[in-house]
Amino acid sequence: MWLIRINMTDRSYSVEEAPDTLETMGGRGVTSTIIHDQVPPLAHPLGPSNKLVFAPGTLTGTAAPSSGRISAGAKSPLTGGIKESNAGTAWAQHIANLGIKALVIEGQPEEKGTYWLIHLTWDDEEERPSVEFLPAEDYVGRDLFEVFPKLYERFGDRVTIAGVGVSGEYGYANSGIVYNDNNKRPSRYSGRGGLGAVMASKGVKFVIADPSGAPRREVVDRELFNQGRRKMREALGSHAITQPEGGLNMYGTAVLINILNEAGGLPTRNFSSGRFEGAAKIAGESIFEGIKDRAGEEVFNHGCSPGCIIQCSNTWLRPDGSEHVSCIEYESDWALGANCGIDSLDDIAEMIRLCNAYGFDTIETGTTIGVAMEAGVLPFGDGQGAINLIEEMGKGTPMGRILGGGTEFTGRAYGVTRVPTVKGQSMPAYEPRAVKGIGITYATSTMGADHTAGYTIAPEILAVGGDEDPLSPEGKAALSRAFQATTAFIDSIGHCLFIAFAILDIESGFEGMVEECNGLLGTNWTTDDVIKIGSEVLRKERAFNEAAGIGPAHDRVPEFMTYEPLPPHNQVFDVPKSALDSVYDEL
Amino acid sequence: MRVKARLFATLRDHLPEDASDNMVEVELSEEATVGDLLDELAVPADEVRVTMVNGRARPRDWELEPDDEVGIFPPVGGG
Repeated sequence: MWLIRINMTDRSYSVEEAPDTLETMGGRGVTSTIIHDQVPPLAHPLGPSNKLVFAPGTLTGTAAPSSGRISAGAKSPLTGGIKESNAGTAWAQHIANLGIKALVIEGQPEEKGTYWLIHLTWDDEEERPSVEFLPAEDYVGRDLFEVFPKLYERFGDRVTIAGVGVSGEYGYANSGIVYNDNNKRPSRYSGRGGLGAVMASKGVKFVIADPSGAPRREVVDRELFNQGRRKMREALGSHAITQPEGGLNMYGTAVLINILNEAGGLPTRNFSSGRFEGAAKIAGESIFEGIKDRAGEEVFNHGCSPGCIIQCSNTWLRPDGSEHVSCIEYESDWALGANCGIDSLDDIAEMIRLCNAYGFDTIETGTTIGVAMEAGVLPFGDGQGAINLIEEMGKGTPMGRILGGGTEFTGRAYGVTRVPTVKGQSMPAYEPRAVKGIGITYATSTMGADHTAGYTIAPEILAVGGDEDPLSPEGKAALSRAFQATTAFIDSIGHCLFIAFAILDIESGFEGMVEECNGLLGTNWTTDDVIKIGSEVLRKERAFNEAAGIGPAHDRVPEFMTYEPLPPHNQVFDVPKSALDSVYDEL
Repeated sequence: MRVKARLFATLRDHLPEDASDNMVEVELSEEATVGDLLDELAVPADEVRVTMVNGRARPRDWELEPDDEVGIFPPVGGG
């Protein structure tokens, strides 16, 4: 496979065979290795020394189900540490179809504010991908819903798109990288960590991928690969959470609102309670019923990328039945809903639409507004006020620029002490005081507060892959460590993390995952190698962070969580420091 | 004794007709368990993954108290 280096200082590029050291790596393994090896840890995230790396997962672009994932990596302007932000989109599959192992974007134009579009196609004569630079001025400062149709009109219906909105152009620490979904919407995101600002700092507005003419990927042992993907397909197709018309396909990820609320772990009004009285109104069940009412029929969800079995993405409708936004995910629903005391799905949908239009991470946006509400900028529950604030962020007003700096930055601007961040990144939709294991993941992850980094919610709340008391800290450091390592493996091979629900319960699915990789790559991995390979990725990320000045003292939840009891269980975060330190000491 | 039960997601199909929203009040004998409540509601046990009593996950043989609030969930997941 190919390693493409693009230098945006002079718009030169090279296309080379990827080095042998990356041969069995994909996704997060590739992005974190390249950043660890090649980015100076003290580089300014928006300066010329940082690198933005895209890498499709190992299995991405193959017939393995639910494997359309891209890893975007760089030094993060939000956390100051290493970042891998993972998204599901056909763009990931197109990059893999072009035979690209890694796309490394380096340097930056001398003249700030100049933007380019990178067009990746397959060169039949040279039998390798080719790179073309085109001016992108026409697309700058625009709403992504306005720009995407223009790009499809120009490059054809079959291309796929990665890009940045105005959030990246402003250099906000809250800015994602946007990708197209299956309906050409700008709605799939590498949302976390401000990577949109890194991309924009390189003067790259969009990367258009067109794999027409590229050869099929070589599979070393086709029989083993097929056996593995069959097992994976059977596991996903038979588990109640992942199967067609199952929990995710019917209710979407927001099916979690009610169960977290019941468990007292749904962060409410800027992490001041674990229960939201409006939870039922914004829950996955209400989304399903709301869409049914407005569409006049039951509507099941769609996939983020071709070849997904799970298909968890909904499309919210306006009262007249027309499309409002795709999609209302659990995290977005919670961040802009419960966390802001807002119980109107129409208001939440509008906020998500604006985030997609401007390029914001919905989680960081919701937690930032929550802190602004805490500061008295607007009252909790003020849906229209929250919508107006996102508009200000999109317009780049002075207030918008403060909010665009993220949750921690906003907390500092207003002197707020209840600021739910770790390493500068805001917490997602699970309360550490009510679910101790996920708090350990938030505290210790190389990514800052990140639920996907080690999703102990599965055994702590969902009774998937075990049964753990969420209020107890006992044994949770080891649990978080195992989940963090396994996740680093899954993020590297390019399966959606949601396969975990099925393969934690169905052993043959777990075997199938390893067989898919062995069949594709010719490796001899066992299921025991999953944690070993994942741990190697974590060690590199950790080493980068330590060299960037982020060490064990930063592996802590914010202080207020250690002294402010959280209703309804009236718990504080009581995980000992020694347990937090043991997560990486014993890796 | 009376307890309040809430059924979520696909389990809502098992709600009795007089349920308000997803909540139903159930009359049970003293010392009734979570399992007895599921039987009373005629919710198939194999469709239930998580049962919470007053916000804490509790097993099927957990003895209920008057006015307990019980949340009953099928397998759910998300992220």
